[in-house]
Amino acid sequence: MTMPTREEMYRALEERHGKELQRRLSAASVVVCGIGGLGSNIAIHLARAGVGRLRIIDFDRVDISNLNRQQYFPEQLGMYKSDALYDTLSRIAPYCDISRNCVKLTEENIPELLNGEDIICEAFDKADQKEMLVNTVLEKLPDKFLVSGSGMAGLSSANNIVTRKVTRHFYVCGDEVSDVADGLGLISARVAVCAAHMAHMAIRIIAQEYDV
Amino acid sequence: MLTINGKEYELNGKTVAEALAEIGYGGQRVAVELNESIVPRDQYDSTVLYEGDHLEVVRFVGGG
Repeated sequence: MTMPTREEMYRALEERHGKELQRRLSAASVVVCGIGGLGSNIAIHLARAGVGRLRIIDFDRVDISNLNRQQYFPEQLGMYKSDALYDTLSRIAPYCDISRNCVKLTEENIPELLNGEDIICEAFDKADQKEMLVNTVLEKLPDKFLVSGSGMAGLSSANNIVTRKVTRHFYVCGDEVSDVADGLGLISARVAVCAAHMAHMAIRIIAQEYDV
Repeated sequence: MLTINGKEYELNGKTVAEALAEIGYGGQRVAVELNESIVPRDQYDSTVLYEGDHLEVVRFVGGG
């Protein structure tokens, strides 16, 4: 099997999405912060959709406890997630301009590291880190679009997961209630529903459809 | 009257920190937008709410 050319893959995407939307997707750039259950799924959706430029950021390594819901393979255990997902994304979308940072995001480095893309997806797992990233982006990078995830743990109905437009550039996906700290597990399908909400909102922003 | 996440409250004259505590967000991980602008976390105690203000509060819970 020979690899399809850049033109062949682009044409296939155009046929699915239409010329205008694919032009916008190819010109778009998204950074995914945290590539666990939310972020690995978000990045894969965006790569498949033909987003032109993707950045993935995570400092963690693939652990066996991740395999129930995160887009890694058993043979990738121990690898940095940024390297493992980079490999997978490169196979899905060989002509996507993908970059990766194996680094912990902080209030100090966020203004520099998250300044290069149009849309920022917050896909951390810990509440204090979500709070830090969202507040820092809203304070320091107010012109960026920000899509955050909060509340996707447990077995409650997937119908409770929604996309809420908070302000002009800021969206939150999830039920904003179900906390992994309450002893709820993380079920792959429900986490993926939230990730799909986030990826789809990013695609809608790229399509200049800003409402929810 | 002012609105928080679309609901009306009588919290005129309260600070953002006081309003958060009254509606059950005390000690929670949040982001707060007041009339479409972020309220920096170090200004929750000094930002006073007025009639007609629109507050949006996002609560962050663990899992991802």
